[in-house]
Amino acid sequence: MATIVEPTIFELSSPGRRGVTMPASDVPETALPPKPLLRSDLPLPELAEVDVVRHYTRLSKFNYSVDDGFYPLGSCTMKYNPKINEDTCRLPGFLFTHPLQPIETVQGNLALMFEMQEWLKEISGFAGVTLQPAAGAHGEFTGVLMMAAYHKSRGDSKRTKMLIPDAAHGTNPASVGMLGFTVVTSPSDSRGNVDLKALEAACDDTVVGMMLTNPNTLGMFDEHIEDVIKLVHGCGGLMYGDGANLNALLGIVRPGDLGFDVMHFNLHKTFSVPHGGGGPGSGPVGVGPVLADFLPAPLVGIIEEGDEDEMAPLYGFVTPKQSIGRMKAFHGHFGGGLVRAYTYIAMHGPDGLKDIAQYAVLNANYLQAKLRDTYKIPYDRICMHEFVAEGRFEGSDVRALDISKRLMDYGFHPPTNYFPLIVPEALMIEPTETENKDTLDAFADALVKIAEESKSQPELLHNAPITTRFGRMDEVKAARELVLCCWLPEGYDLNA
Amino acid sequence: MNTPSNLKYTKSDEWFDPATGAAGITDYAQSQLSDIVFVELLVDEGEEIEVGKPIASVESVKASAEIYAPAAGKVSAVNKGLSDAPETLNSDPYGEAWMIKIEGGAAGEVMDAAEYEKYCEGRSH
Repeated sequence: MATIVEPTIFELSSPGRRGVTMPASDVPETALPPKPLLRSDLPLPELAEVDVVRHYTRLSKFNYSVDDGFYPLGSCTMKYNPKINEDTCRLPGFLFTHPLQPIETVQGNLALMFEMQEWLKEISGFAGVTLQPAAGAHGEFTGVLMMAAYHKSRGDSKRTKMLIPDAAHGTNPASVGMLGFTVVTSPSDSRGNVDLKALEAACDDTVVGMMLTNPNTLGMFDEHIEDVIKLVHGCGGLMYGDGANLNALLGIVRPGDLGFDVMHFNLHKTFSVPHGGGGPGSGPVGVGPVLADFLPAPLVGIIEEGDEDEMAPLYGFVTPKQSIGRMKAFHGHFGGGLVRAYTYIAMHGPDGLKDIAQYAVLNANYLQAKLRDTYKIPYDRICMHEFVAEGRFEGSDVRALDISKRLMDYGFHPPTNYFPLIVPEALMIEPTETENKDTLDAFADALVKIAEESKSQPELLHNAPITTRFGRMDEVKAARELVLCCWLPEGYDLNA
Repeated sequence: MNTPSNLKYTKSDEWFDPATGAAGITDYAQSQLSDIVFVELLVDEGEEIEVGKPIASVESVKASAEIYAPAAGKVSAVNKGLSDAPETLNSDPYGEAWMIKIEGGAAGEVMDAAEYEKYCEGRSH
C-alpha cells in the first residue's frame, strides 16, 4: 500500500482560518502587557473546526488499540477496558466536581476513594493504601521514599543499597536512582527464580531492601518467594513488590500475606483503566504495618462516624503520623483512574476478580503450549499471566523485531520485544484474560506461519510490515536524530 | 565474531588492552545490542577507578547497557569524540570506538580471546 502521509496540524495551518468567530468586545480596551510577557514564538495553527476534526479523525484511524484487536504486549496487561467504566466516570456527580471543593460537598467522591483504599487493602493484604501516585513509576518512587523514611526514623543511615533482579522493569532502578541509592543487580537462576545463594551473599546491613516483581517479567512465580523475603527481612531490609503483574494473582495470593512491605498497583493495567496512549495512569501504593505511618498525606478517612439509622459517616482527610508528605497536587487521578478502576472491581466482585487471574494464567499457558514446538521457551515451566519466547531460529538471520513487524501484517499488535534483557531476542507475550480461544488460536497460527516464512521467505520478514499504512520505520534514524518538531523556538540553535 | 588475541575480555563483554590500557565493548556485545544510538562516558580524565565501576552508558534500538571498568587505575584518556559517533561502536569496537585508557591498569577477572569465544558460544544457545 502506498504510504499516505498526514501533514502536521502546523502544516495544515493557513493564516486567517478560524473555528470560531469572537463576539465584539463589550469591555473597554486596554493595552497589552509589556513585551517580555508576550510570546511571539508560538506558531499556533490556524484552522477551521472541520479541518481539525478531520485531521485528528484521520490520525485516529492510523492507530491500533485494544478495541481493534489482540494486543499481547507483555507486562503491559493490555486487557479490554469495559465501556461501562466510561459511563460511570462521566456521571455528573463525579465529572463536575473540583478538588478544592469543601469536603461536605464531595462526600460521594470521598466515599468512593475511601472504599477504593479499603478494597485495595483487602485485595493485596496490606494495612494502608495511598491513592495519590499518578502512575506505576510514581508509585515506585513513593514506595522507595517510604522505605528510606523508615530506615531514617530508626537512625539507620548505613543503608544505601537496593537489590533488584536482572529481570526487573527498568523503572525499578530508575526510581532507586532518583533517591541516590545504589542498585545491586540480583541474578536469576536457571528456573527464572531469584538466585538464593547470590541473594544471601548480597544481603547485609547496608541493604535498604529489595524490589521484586512477582510473578516476574518472565511470567514466573518465584518458587522460593518466602525464602527471598525472609533473607531480605533477615538483614533488616524491606521488601518492595512491583505490582505490574498483579493481574496473575487477584483473589489467589495476597502480596501482604507473603510478607511484602510495600507494593504499587497499576490501576491502568490490572483494573482496566485505559492506557497505552501515554496516560493518565494511576499507581496507588499499599503498605504493610511497618510502613503505614509513613504513607503520603492526605489519606481519605472517616472523620465523623455515622450511625446505623440516618447519619452517614463524614468522610474527610487524615494525615499519618510520620507521613512523607504529599506526592501529588490534589488526590490522584480521580475520574480517569479511580472511578474506572472502582467500577471494574465493583462489577467483578471477589469471585470475578479471581476469575480474571485464573483466565489470564490459563490463556498464557494455552498460548505457551501451542508455541512451544515452534519457538524456544528458555524458562519452560507453567507460567503465570505471560511467558517469554526467543524470536530467533537456528541458522536464520530473522530476529524478534522481524517477527513482530510481520505479526502486524496478520493484524495483531506485536508482543513486547527485547525485554526482559536476560532472554536473547525476547518476545514477551501476555494475552490477558479478555481474549477468547479463537483469538488465541489465530495468533498462535500466525506465529507458526511466520516461523515457516522465516525459512521460505526471510526477506518478507525483513521487509515487514507490508500491509500497513506505514512500512518499516527507521528506528536508528529516529533515535539518532532527535528533531521531533516541525518548528524551532526562536533563538534555538540545533547545533549548540 | 571478532576477538583479537592481544586483548583481555570480561564476562560483562568489555575488552581491555594490557599494552595500551585501552578499554571498550566487544564485537559480541555490539552485535547483541544491534544499532547503537547513544553513548555517554561516565568517567573523567585523571579519575581513579576500581574494577567494575560504570564507565559508560550505551543505548541501542533494543536495549541500554552499563559498561564497567575491566581494570583498576587512573583514567589517562577519554574518547571524547565517541558520543558524537555512537555508530562506530558497531563498526569498529576495538579501534575507533575505544572508550577510555586506564593507566597502571590492574585488570580484574579477565579471559583471553579463546576463553571469551567459548564463553560467548555457550550463551548463544
